[in-house]
Amino acid sequence: MDTAPADGLIAASWLLIALPLAGAAVLLLGGRRTDRWGHLLGTGTVVAAFALGLLCTLQLDGRRVDVDLFTFVSTGSLDVQAGLLFDPLSAVFVLLITGVGALIHVYSIGYMAHDPRRRRFFAYLNLFVAAMLLLVLGDNFVALYVGWEGVGLASYLLIAFWHERPSAATAAKKAFIMNRVGDVGLALAIFLMFAQLGTVSYDGVFGAVGTLAAGTVTAIGLLLLLGACGKSGQFPLQAWLPDAMEGPTPVSALIHAATMVTAGVYLIARSAPIYDQTPTARAVVLAVGALTLMIGAIAGCAQDDIKKVLAYSTVSQIGYMFLAVGLGPVGYVAGLAHLLTHGFFKAGLFLGAGSVMHAMDDEVDMRRFGGLASRMKVTFVTFGLGYLALIGFPFLSGFYTKDAIIEAAFDRGDGWGYLLGGVAILAAGLTAFYMTRLMLMTFFGRPRWEPGVHPHESPTVMTAPMVLLAVGSVLAGFLLVVAFPLESWLTPVFGEPEEAEHVVAPLVVSVLVTVVMALGVLTAWLFVGRREVPVTAPVRVSPVTRAARRALYADAVNESLFMRPGQWLTRALVFFDNRGVDGAVNGLAATLGGSSSRLGRTQTGFVRSYALSMLGGAVVVAGALLAVTAG
Amino acid sequence: MIEAPAISLAALAPLLFVFGAACVGVLVEAFAPRDVRHPVQVAVALVGTIGGLVTSLLLAGERQVTAGGALAVDGPAVFLQATIAGLGALSLLLFAERSLDPARSAFVAAAAVPAGSPRDRELMTAPRVQTEVYPLTTFAIGGMMLFVAANDLLVMFVALEVLSLPLYLISGLARRRRLLSQEAAVKYFLLGAFASAFFLYGLALVYGATGSIRLSVIREASASEAGGGVLLVLGLALLVVGLMFKASVAPFHAWTPDVYQGAPTPVTAFMAACTKVAAFGAILRLLYVAFGTSEWTWRPLVYGIAIVSMVVGAVLGLTQTDLKRMLAYSSIAHAGFLLTGVLGYGSGADGTGSGLGATMFYLLAYGLTTIGAFAVLTLVRDGDGEATHLSQWAGLARRSPLTAAVMALFLLALAGIPLTSGFTGKFAVFRAAIDDGAWPLVVVALLASAVAAFFYLRVIVLMYFSEPAVDGPTIGVPGLPTTLVLAVTVTATVVLGVVPGAVLDIAERAARFVG
Repeated sequence: MDTAPADGLIAASWLLIALPLAGAAVLLLGGRRTDRWGHLLGTGTVVAAFALGLLCTLQLDGRRVDVDLFTFVSTGSLDVQAGLLFDPLSAVFVLLITGVGALIHVYSIGYMAHDPRRRRFFAYLNLFVAAMLLLVLGDNFVALYVGWEGVGLASYLLIAFWHERPSAATAAKKAFIMNRVGDVGLALAIFLMFAQLGTVSYDGVFGAVGTLAAGTVTAIGLLLLLGACGKSGQFPLQAWLPDAMEGPTPVSALIHAATMVTAGVYLIARSAPIYDQTPTARAVVLAVGALTLMIGAIAGCAQDDIKKVLAYSTVSQIGYMFLAVGLGPVGYVAGLAHLLTHGFFKAGLFLGAGSVMHAMDDEVDMRRFGGLASRMKVTFVTFGLGYLALIGFPFLSGFYTKDAIIEAAFDRGDGWGYLLGGVAILAAGLTAFYMTRLMLMTFFGRPRWEPGVHPHESPTVMTAPMVLLAVGSVLAGFLLVVAFPLESWLTPVFGEPEEAEHVVAPLVVSVLVTVVMALGVLTAWLFVGRREVPVTAPVRVSPVTRAARRALYADAVNESLFMRPGQWLTRALVFFDNRGVDGAVNGLAATLGGSSSRLGRTQTGFVRSYALSMLGGAVVVAGALLAVTAG
Repeated sequence: MIEAPAISLAALAPLLFVFGAACVGVLVEAFAPRDVRHPVQVAVALVGTIGGLVTSLLLAGERQVTAGGALAVDGPAVFLQATIAGLGALSLLLFAERSLDPARSAFVAAAAVPAGSPRDRELMTAPRVQTEVYPLTTFAIGGMMLFVAANDLLVMFVALEVLSLPLYLISGLARRRRLLSQEAAVKYFLLGAFASAFFLYGLALVYGATGSIRLSVIREASASEAGGGVLLVLGLALLVVGLMFKASVAPFHAWTPDVYQGAPTPVTAFMAACTKVAAFGAILRLLYVAFGTSEWTWRPLVYGIAIVSMVVGAVLGLTQTDLKRMLAYSSIAHAGFLLTGVLGYGSGADGTGSGLGATMFYLLAYGLTTIGAFAVLTLVRDGDGEATHLSQWAGLARRSPLTAAVMALFLLALAGIPLTSGFTGKFAVFRAAIDDGAWPLVVVALLASAVAAFFYLRVIVLMYFSEPAVDGPTIGVPGLPTTLVLAVTVTATVVLGVVPGAVLDIAERAARFVG
């Protein structure tokens, strides 16, 4: 497809990144002077970016617009032009990031009102938005990488925002280190592209990828997938995401649910021309997605921390998206549609959870909730709509987009297709179970509050974004799939949609999913709703529950496979350094110092011995010259 | 009938300027009233040296042999003459500093008064100065400039004496710690005389072997007789000993620490910078013009001497506790590094040059840095003059961050840290040596640099990371002359480290001897 030169407002699309970046700079450099109005500036820049993004999108008209900026790197044969690519795919992400981002900024004004470091919080949020926009707007892999690292940094800073809590500091470190593993993969993929193709721009790489050997393309695809797994919390790098909930709840909503963690899906969708060449890498994407969506769903069933349930739900839902993009052309649009609707309802759910925590003095244990429906009506209704959207209640968002993914899986037509579709349907049932359990434990039943807790509804500045997101949760699916199909909007990126040959009729799939979903809800009611919820978690439980509580032992595996050997290696190196290297160095220094003192004794201060040394030197010189001449 | 040799006065202008100024200085000493003598002497000496600098710069590109073949005015001669004149002018500025010492000068009021006598104590605070230092130093500068241009051995010897005798004298003229200073002067004189004798005897042997004292004639003679015969080789050995002594190359270095420590610090700066340049100029000319064809005779010898000098300088420097002695050992180690450049002489594209240009650049860079370092030493004082013991420099950065920073820059340059002139110089000479196949020597040189870096960095660590002593030294506020010197040397150290291209290029283009 042809690329149009930038014109009109799109030529100014660099402002999308510059606005929040400037906000972050002002807030960080301005210091305390900006305390009083800092949160308003931070919110303003993102709202402005959203408005600009919306106008740019309206002007886009199905084109692909290149915005040249300046030469970013020019060394030897590596020549990276800093440029932006504004096409339907990036437009969708820009709207999601700035739209949900703006709502969450507004919410944070209320949520962080009593925090003495609120200005810093908004600075980091702005930094995140700027980096995330660079990630999706860059027209080459290096720009994407810069944004990728930028969102990693912002995520680290925000998870550790309450760094005085050891758990927050540890969680931030964990997130950072596990992301490093993925980032190495992304970096290696970029190196490999440059080594093989001599370019890192999307146009250059995608245009020439067909000329590469199949093995190389597969290697690039797998390395990109490693990067995507790190950022998106997919197997085997999923363990950091639930811990990241230590950050303030708006952060969980924006970064660890709606936007940053979907960067992996964006990376794979953007790299579609690469994955089109390599069925192997694509199969691995499928496997990762299917595995992760089950792991997340199972772990979500046994958590008592409201944010952890939502976090595992996020892991699981992103698994759906990976599954979708792994299916190839038939799945890209389905995956991206689910990404968008998920962005709405999961952000809404997190904001609702934040509102509940706000009311319950930062309590996160659902066993201490109960009966909140009557005390927090707005939160209950908005959260309830998000819940229905997530479990795929008919005609709400999740229903449309999740069904599309399951249909696409069946449409593979082979045994694998049935297996993947079956897994996806099963996970839909589990989703219904753990979300219903969450609803029942939080909003229904007898209050199990800690003494002295007086739940109250949150202020309007917090509930308004929740209402807007709830509306989005209800309507987004219908709008994106039926009214204004995302499929046709994204046609310029992924090509004309093929007329799918349905193996299983869509209606059958829908009915099947709905039935399984209903079974999940019913089971949850039988297990949780009918009985009294114990205030402390029961100890004597089945091995399955125990495994689920520990997230299928992901941390244990990581610790025994990577952390312990790493620590042993470190200790061995320290030992070697102390005894071997330091010993040699200290010994050498002692030797030199000793010989210096001994040699120093020749410096007697007597002219006669100096003269003698000169004479000796002269004799040696003369002797040496004679020897050379004679020899 | 004897014909007068043809003399190109224009080519000799730098020498005439400096020697003229020295003679005028003698007259000033005789006729000018005592009150105005100091400023007039300073002015005369500065006019002479700066005039020498300007005229030698105007001579750039000159290539001729003049004064009946006794003098060569070629690229290296002119480059080194300009270097000596410039460094000499900077040293003279340090001599002229009158605001640092409460006794108004680093030089004694009356050198003939016995040290420690009542009269001596009386004169301690007198404003009088033994102003003869200025003409003496000007003579020494003239001798050095003649030394690097000498095209026959006798002129070289005369120049050696002209530069040496004033140095012996001014080494003994310190106002404080006079006995130490006089002891240094006597040692320097005795050993210098010994070295001159070696040189003179070598000259006689070479004359006996070749029948000539002209470098070009010696070259032909040494080329025609395969290897040159025992007499010639012995002569070369003794000449080399005489020159290496002046350049303070180990094992002929023994005088260096004692003299550097005892001499007044401005004189030490002058010796460390200018004498080194002059001596290496003569070594290069002797080895490459007179003995260039029998290169393989002396190459192994210089190779060995370079290693000895680097190792002795670096290792002995480790245990020094006096900064002036430490810089003396540093100077010995640097002499070794310079010899690696001497060995890289033939590595240029056309068979000459690269090592020569590198060595000349190194001499300029080292001279500027070392004058700066000694200038900083004059600032840090206690009741007894300069505080040169290492322990007195502890925590200097807290008392005077600027002084500590400037000293740190010079020490880093001496250690050869990148972005300073020291790095550029070392890089240039080492590259020349490697191009010439002397990579084992460069390995030794790098190891020696690493060892030497320890004692430079120790001073920096001491200045920045130690608690200042309670009764620590005071930091003097320098007058205009010292400030000027520090400004020039700091700028040069940084500029030659960051953008050395232009100066390296000039040195490279000057690197052709006239034969």
